Amino acid sequence: MSNLELPLLVAVPIVAATLPLLFGLKFDEVGWPVALLATLVETGLAARVVGRVYAGERYFHQLGGYDRQYGIELAADGLSAGVVALIAVVALLVLGFARRAGPRRNSFYSAYLLLLAGLMGVSLTGDVFNLFVFLEITGLATYALVAADRSGRAALAALKYLILGTAGASLYLVGVGYLLLATGTLNMAELAGTLGSEVAYTDPMVVASFGFVAVGLSVKAAVFPLHTWMPDAYAESPDTVTAYISGLASTVGAYALARLIYSVYTVEFFAAVPLAQRAFVAAATLSVVAGSVLAVTQSEVKRMLAYSSVAQFGLVVAAFGLATEQAVLGGAIHLVGHGLMKSGLFLAVGVLGLAHGTRDVGGYANLGYRSPVTVAALGVLLLGLVGVPPSIGFLGKWYIAWGAVEAGAPVVAGVVLFSTLLTLLYAARLLETLYFRPADDAEPAGPSPTADGAVRSDGGDASADPDADPSVSVGMVAVTALVAALTVALGFAGPAFETLLAPFMEVFL
Amino acid sequence: MMEVPVLQVDFLATRYAYATFAVLFATGLYMMVASPNLVKKVIGLNLFQSAIFLFFISMAYVAGAEVPVVPSAGGAVGEYVSPLPHVIVLTAIVVGVSLTAVALALIVRIYSEYGTLDEHTIREVADE
Repeated sequence: MSNLELPLLVAVPIVAATLPLLFGLKFDEVGWPVALLATLVETGLAARVVGRVYAGERYFHQLGGYDRQYGIELAADGLSAGVVALIAVVALLVLGFARRAGPRRNSFYSAYLLLLAGLMGVSLTGDVFNLFVFLEITGLATYALVAADRSGRAALAALKYLILGTAGASLYLVGVGYLLLATGTLNMAELAGTLGSEVAYTDPMVVASFGFVAVGLSVKAAVFPLHTWMPDAYAESPDTVTAYISGLASTVGAYALARLIYSVYTVEFFAAVPLAQRAFVAAATLSVVAGSVLAVTQSEVKRMLAYSSVAQFGLVVAAFGLATEQAVLGGAIHLVGHGLMKSGLFLAVGVLGLAHGTRDVGGYANLGYRSPVTVAALGVLLLGLVGVPPSIGFLGKWYIAWGAVEAGAPVVAGVVLFSTLLTLLYAARLLETLYFRPADDAEPAGPSPTADGAVRSDGGDASADPDADPSVSVGMVAVTALVAALTVALGFAGPAFETLLAPFMEVFL
Repeated sequence: MMEVPVLQVDFLATRYAYATFAVLFATGLYMMVASPNLVKKVIGLNLFQSAIFLFFISMAYVAGAEVPVVPSAGGAVGEYVSPLPHVIVLTAIVVGVSLTAVALALIVRIYSEYGTLDEHTIREVADE
């Protein structure tokens, strides 16, 4: 029973998810400490996985000791290690934010931990059907979390997400059915061995299965025409939940897509069926343009950031579709970087929303001087999203553009540049409002700020009495600033990412 | 000229399970998209998923084969139906049931908030 950290990463949060409900029978507000403990354990385990993978190892765990032909296998390599680290870090940081801001019910923390388990499962599983099960665990927990503030609008957004998400996962399941029918196995490594040698890549069943899998997972990753659940789900859910799911839920969808392409169908499939690759990259490229344009037209900040996610996931998926070394590296970096930046942005929006009662671009006028630390963090994260160096956003886009040129796809390279300009457009509008527009000029904000809310400091002011300010704590601001700092620090981590992903590239490209 | 329709009938007669799958799949998808009633959307979702379960079951079926339970005495003899798709469907049914439960819980909340299950009416109320 070696490599025990892989099953523990999945099992710890599942077991921990039952505890808040169990202890909840006796005590109130026990959910947060339990979640913190479980998340700390997860972070430790994730650090161990990243350490071992970074050392060049690529390792497996066969659940229950069954051979991988019959049983379920968990596997860790460069790509999954990066996503596992992202999940652990974002879960921990968002939990720090939730201490003050978040829903305090014990059931909320059960769903929080269940989502953590699902996300870890998706990133680590080496079995295509098991991936479906974990995707649905992720989905179920996300639907419950989106509706966590019990409003009608949130319930409606959650139901929309549920119907679309389930349809996507079901389409993926049909794809798995075709794969099973064609090859008789569900293990990713076995599938990769069987496809191309025993079953031709051009077999209609294999091509059909790729179609179902690609469309099904594109729903989860919110690629353009299939993204419609995302703006509602992000805009209507509570701030804590938005920060949590924006960084992780779609990220593992895009990760699953990459995992299926490289570990199951492999790049030779793209070579054998060039139409599949072209259609895939074209859809992703369209997503980049459409998402950016839609984001520019939004006036509500959370909705704007949600549409920006559509564009960024388009970039990631396009990079994975291009299948050159630089592009895949860029896709992986941008996947992790975007998850971190989006979580940070939604945390900052949450802090500003609690302190000033507005989530509207118009209401943000002149907040740069009232909440200096949060707005500075927001500014850094926005510039990172645009791709200003040094930040992880720049690193990801740089490699994607490089990969696009290398793959002979100048259109994709052009779109990366074009989307960067559009991102700059909405980021600059937000920054200009935050720092340079006097509050008097502002259009009236939708929900009127509470009388004392308008003059609240955000805790960056040391003289503020924390008890006089129940909605924003120093911790919340500190977490936001920490994410911004991480975004910049990771901008220098290019070589580290290359080392981490080198074994993955060697095997799959 | 005569052979083409005969061939098609033959094709359907041997693959009627897959044809049923396709029809149910499309019907479920259409219900999800076209019905304005939220409960009917969820029913469509269930139909859609059940079609996939049928697909897996018909894929595992072998004419004349036995149930995949090896008797304790005597050992394995003859042909068995593949147990793997059955296990998959069992898991997928559990997932489907929990999804339906969550969906219905959300619908209860939507109904108590808006007093209707009609999508268009809810949109009108929500926009105000």
